[in-house]
Amino acid sequence: MAEVSATPQRRSSAGRWIVYAILGVFVLVYPFMRFQVGPLQVDFTFPYARHLLILIFLYALTAQAWNILAGYCGQVSFGHVAYFGIGAYTSSMLLMNFHLTPWIGMLAGGLAAIALGLIVGLPTFRLTGHYFAIATLAIAETVQTIFMNWNAAGEAKGLWLPVMKDSLLNFQWKSKLPYYYVALALLCLVYLATYGMERSKLGFYFRAIRDDAVATSSLGVDILKYKLVALSMSAFFSALAGSFYAQYVLFIDPFSVLHLQHSVLVVLLATFGGVGTYWGPIVGTAILVPVSEFVRIRFGGTGGAEDLIVYGGLIVLMTLVEPAGIVGIYRQHIRPQLFARKEMVDVHAMAGEATEE
Amino acid sequence: MAFFQPEIFVQILISATLVGLIYGVIAAGLSLIFGLMEIVNFAHGEILMWAMYATFWLFTLLSVDPLLSIPVNIVALGIFGVLVYRGVIRRALRGPMLAQMVITFGLATLLRGLAQKLFSPDFRIVPHPFVEGRVELFGVALGLPQVVAGFGALITFLLLWAFITKTETGLCLQATAQDKQAAALMGIDTERMYALGWAIGLACLGVAGALMANYYYVFPMVGLLFGNISYIAVALGGFGSIPGALVAGIILSLVEHVAGWFVPPLKYAAVYMIYIVIVVLRPQGLFGRS
Repeated sequence: MAEVSATPQRRSSAGRWIVYAILGVFVLVYPFMRFQVGPLQVDFTFPYARHLLILIFLYALTAQAWNILAGYCGQVSFGHVAYFGIGAYTSSMLLMNFHLTPWIGMLAGGLAAIALGLIVGLPTFRLTGHYFAIATLAIAETVQTIFMNWNAAGEAKGLWLPVMKDSLLNFQWKSKLPYYYVALALLCLVYLATYGMERSKLGFYFRAIRDDAVATSSLGVDILKYKLVALSMSAFFSALAGSFYAQYVLFIDPFSVLHLQHSVLVVLLATFGGVGTYWGPIVGTAILVPVSEFVRIRFGGTGGAEDLIVYGGLIVLMTLVEPAGIVGIYRQHIRPQLFARKEMVDVHAMAGEATEE
Repeated sequence: MAFFQPEIFVQILISATLVGLIYGVIAAGLSLIFGLMEIVNFAHGEILMWAMYATFWLFTLLSVDPLLSIPVNIVALGIFGVLVYRGVIRRALRGPMLAQMVITFGLATLLRGLAQKLFSPDFRIVPHPFVEGRVELFGVALGLPQVVAGFGALITFLLLWAFITKTETGLCLQATAQDKQAAALMGIDTERMYALGWAIGLACLGVAGALMANYYYVFPMVGLLFGNISYIAVALGGFGSIPGALVAGIILSLVEHVAGWFVPPLKYAAVYMIYIVIVVLRPQGLFGRS
């Protein structure tokens, strides 16, 4: 099994690596960029510009975490906010009660999320499709209810994290700059893990389970085991995002970190970019988050919900135009154009790749 | 419990059943749609919310009593159902399952955002509907609007059931749900049946929304709670089963209210846990086809 070489053969063209390198350098120097282009003053050093990218990194991290389970392994979860919330609460409560550094708290949160995932997964992975999705929703709502009534977790009032001195150990800084690089590092971590997963036996098992669970099982693959592995990875990274959120905002409550709306948002971001694709979650986030922020700032007032309208409207539109998301559009319409001369043969393979669910 | 009072318990059981009937009608619409085309309409709660707003605005602007708004709601939501099906769902049906799930999620987000933008997040209530006050039934005091809502839901459900099992169109609906290809071969226009399914499914929400706006708060987030309950009721009753939806609605409401009496803050946790337990023991739901 291990030496199967059915990995979609990607062109390791120089062009691709140049694009990656430019993007990499861009995100590294972005928070310092400040220059003048004609009359246009570009300044990314002010806090909001950094905050916007931090938001994108954070959401892309959660979207990719969700994508591991839903996109690659085909188990659509609508309750992923539970793992995000567990991460946020674990690191915060360890910090407040035992003065444990949030870095260890973050790891503990990840492990707690895996534990919750195993408890949830063992019974619910017998369910498929809609039954599974609704079960995850029910579990997330239960977790929210528990935290809403748990005295030590601040009930509905939430937790205010203590403000401490700027330091790496404290995971607290006045400037947004360190947060920027931490978020970027976390995002890289999930992307590296996904890269490894995609190319290993694990990735083949995940996709096989997604495409045909019965056939995969008949080949001797322990489906339950690999679904649990996918869920564990997914829960772990969601929890890291949760801990980061808690340290970044320094306030968490059941509405901000355990609300159903957050689960929905993650699903929409990943799907907009392209579910089950490597770049989908980050592409979807990098487009939708700035658009919704722009609309909210430009047209927003108090209590308006312009960002919801934008998210909802765009996702409906995208699903109608191309269910495979932005990455699907790229693969089906843009890439064949770009590489038309060199790669006539590859078009069929790409169409197949893009239409897979 | 030390202060267990039987009369209060009876009171809870009766009011829970009345609420459960409404859950049942909401879930029946969802189940009908799912049975036809295997789509869970995750915008169900939000469409219910819009139905409640329709009733509220008819009362506020035109002084139409909530009960009289029922026929208006049925027609409006029925048309909306056909539009949603023709404009959105039919295209999504060609895509993978995830696209179908996500498109109704997107629709839900859109509808909630629009309601919040247009109507503000305020809680609103119909001040003095025609039916208000309370009645004594079987020795327990009940809110009259709740009783009317419960019986209204029951009548709606019976009419729906009669339509599906007794009329030719209803039988065509059932045939389409059971086997689309065979139904098409028998000369049934399945495309029309799908549209009809959406029209009826959402018309159920029109009735439920009007009955609930009679006594319940109307606000943009109201759909989340009722939506969740209806997804769970449909999964519990068995996807596609309409009697299952009613039975599950009543069971969930009983669990919610009894748990709410003993441990008020955890009532919804109890509802979700009951669902998980039953569905793990019986994955196809109570009345589902395995």
